[in-house]
Amino acid sequence: MNMIEAINDALDIMMGRDDDIVILGEDVGYFGGVFRATAGLQKKYGRNRVFDSPINECGIVGAAVGMAAYGLRPVPEIQFADYIYPGLDQLVSEAARMRYRSAGEFTAPITIRSPFGGGIFGGQTHSQSPEALFTHVAGLKTVIPCTPRDAKGLLIAAIEDNDPVIFFEPKRIYNGPFDGYYDKPSRTWKGHPGGDVPEGYYRIPLGKARIVREGAALTVLSYGTMIHVAEAVLAEKGIDAEIIDLRTLVPLDIEAVEKSVEKTGKCLVIHEATRTSGFGAELVALVQERCFYHLEAPVERVTGFDTPYPHSLEWAYFPGPVRIGEAVDRLMKD
Amino acid sequence: MGEGPIPESTRRGNLPPLELYVPEPRYRPGDVVDYSHLPVPPAGQLPRPDESCEAAETWPLTLDMIRVLDEDDRAVGAWNPGLDAETLRRMLRMMALTRAFDDRMYRGQRQGKTSFYMKSVGEEAISVAHAQALARDDMVFPTYRQQGILISRGYPLVEMINQIYSNRADTLKGRQLPVMYSARDYGFFSISGNLATQLPQAVGWGMASAIKGDTRVASAFVGEGSSAEGDFHAAMTFAAVYNAPVVLNLVNNQWAISSFSGFAGAERTTFAARATGYGIAGLRVDGNDALAVYAASRWAADRARANKGPTLIEHFTYRAEGHSTSDDPSAYRSAQEREEWPLGDPIMRLKKHLIALGEWSEEQQEAMDRELVDQVKVATKEAEKNGVLGHGLHHPFHTMFEDVFEELPWHLEEQAAQAIREREIKWPHWKEEGRSDGHD
Repeated sequence: MNMIEAINDALDIMMGRDDDIVILGEDVGYFGGVFRATAGLQKKYGRNRVFDSPINECGIVGAAVGMAAYGLRPVPEIQFADYIYPGLDQLVSEAARMRYRSAGEFTAPITIRSPFGGGIFGGQTHSQSPEALFTHVAGLKTVIPCTPRDAKGLLIAAIEDNDPVIFFEPKRIYNGPFDGYYDKPSRTWKGHPGGDVPEGYYRIPLGKARIVREGAALTVLSYGTMIHVAEAVLAEKGIDAEIIDLRTLVPLDIEAVEKSVEKTGKCLVIHEATRTSGFGAELVALVQERCFYHLEAPVERVTGFDTPYPHSLEWAYFPGPVRIGEAVDRLMKD
Repeated sequence: MGEGPIPESTRRGNLPPLELYVPEPRYRPGDVVDYSHLPVPPAGQLPRPDESCEAAETWPLTLDMIRVLDEDDRAVGAWNPGLDAETLRRMLRMMALTRAFDDRMYRGQRQGKTSFYMKSVGEEAISVAHAQALARDDMVFPTYRQQGILISRGYPLVEMINQIYSNRADTLKGRQLPVMYSARDYGFFSISGNLATQLPQAVGWGMASAIKGDTRVASAFVGEGSSAEGDFHAAMTFAAVYNAPVVLNLVNNQWAISSFSGFAGAERTTFAARATGYGIAGLRVDGNDALAVYAASRWAADRARANKGPTLIEHFTYRAEGHSTSDDPSAYRSAQEREEWPLGDPIMRLKKHLIALGEWSEEQQEAMDRELVDQVKVATKEAEKNGVLGHGLHHPFHTMFEDVFEELPWHLEEQAAQAIREREIKWPHWKEEGRSDGHD
């Protein structure tokens, strides 16, 4: 399965199991979504449970909050993460705080799915990675899968979770893993272990990282598309790195991080989002605070640049093999 | 008409310079108030279309004003809901209780028992009569100025005061600013400080009710000021698109803190007039006329319940007092406005109506007012047994970290431990009130 099929399968399974799950969003109904993630669901479950919405993210999230207050479990889609901002007040001020401010009288068990990340010539408004805006908000969980297998299991867990979950789907890897070598022919998920998606219901718990590769020389903390890029670069350099796919940013699997950095003594954080105040800064701070006496080198960050995501200069912007390679060389030079 | 790039100088010789229009209210502090420009149509004149009518049919009703109580305190016209005397007395009582409660809580804030309060003086008919017109289990999405709904639905005054005082019995555990109540069991949705957010939420709640084939409807409130928020547009669009069973109430009390209603668009048309542009039924009512508010609310709720769609009601009223305990209206408006307000006081008007019916008297009113003052006083004393804001840290520190998520993640457990450690330094003599197990 590719990641779209895995997501569609997760939605199908959950809708079959729970009548309270409804899907709304722009073009998600009859058409099945601009990326086909909701294809076939309206036909199977009816227009009362899978329906198109007006082009209004404030309305999509706001209505979902109201539906959740009634007792449903909405799974709204925001067509691109770049377009989530009009819904931000409803997410930050409302969904995130509903349980807290009402002392549990009202909750917001909502899963907001949204394609995110670049590498597809999406330009400024089809490439952003705004996860740090959400990890900064008390009351939200943020989840980002990097394989079809994880996407299905994590999405099922997110939908079952009683807290609001931001579920960012790296659209660059919807159809196949991407190692950062943009001029090579694209691959599919066929043959990749992450593309081997179990049938039926299974869940991958939120808040648990996955060790992509065990190693002793260096810890790499990353998520989404960048996991595949990191894997390729470190394999090429022949470095015995431990690569950790965080999968959930909040709540973070701090044990996995500490255990690995204490073992390796070196840490590299990679994300596609812009650098300043990005989630990488939180990771670097946590590693510095909690693993200081184990560190043998400064913690490095490889990220997107602090600019809007450019169109024609996409591969100059993207934190690909060269930028990661330089950081690895600096870390490994002693 | 020309071609090529715009020349450096684009000034046109004989065109007038454009002018920015910035609205300004008619009366500022010290000004003599004259409301003769404000049309007060006679009561009983407007037709009452069937609840199942086309939205467009309500257009004339959005520009005029539905009024039931006339100059002689009689209920007249097609919108007269024909309520029995007992119901009228109950409405009067709830309105008077709301005002008595407001008075007491305002004083409580001035006495330092809490940090903040917001009165609804002059707007009691809107919340009380609206609540009376809904079914008991319809969910209301209020703003911070619909305390009359809670009172009307019999929510205990002691619980309201506990919340206002953030004391140890506060069901919201001292987390929320005073008056930001939440009472699920009373169909009263958790109040947010962020304006207008409750509107699309109410529409979503109504959609959920429809998805489930339920019979309950949602009702939401917004002030005229915050109807300028994008959420208003989102709510109106979603409500129209999905024919959501929802009543959207816009309380036009003329003032959004210091900004007059002109800054929300009132100088160009009525707020109710926005409804039909969305394909939603619209009604504009005299918000100081409890019978008109009841009739319009009932019409809209019945329409929603019959799957005929949403209604926007503009309740035309006047915010008689300051925006909140942090506000001094004498800094921006004429003190004369309140006394000159042509639609009068909602409690006085309903009282006179009942007297005109021979169902009430000044003596009964005075006795009721005394009784209500006592009732509030007793509730206040009862609540004060649980503490007031100024008297301490009423909740175990661990509760500050609970309910952020369903379960506490590691980072919140660590931060809770930090707060408890700090307590030993900052408040060494702190004792948890009313608990003996020492858990926090």
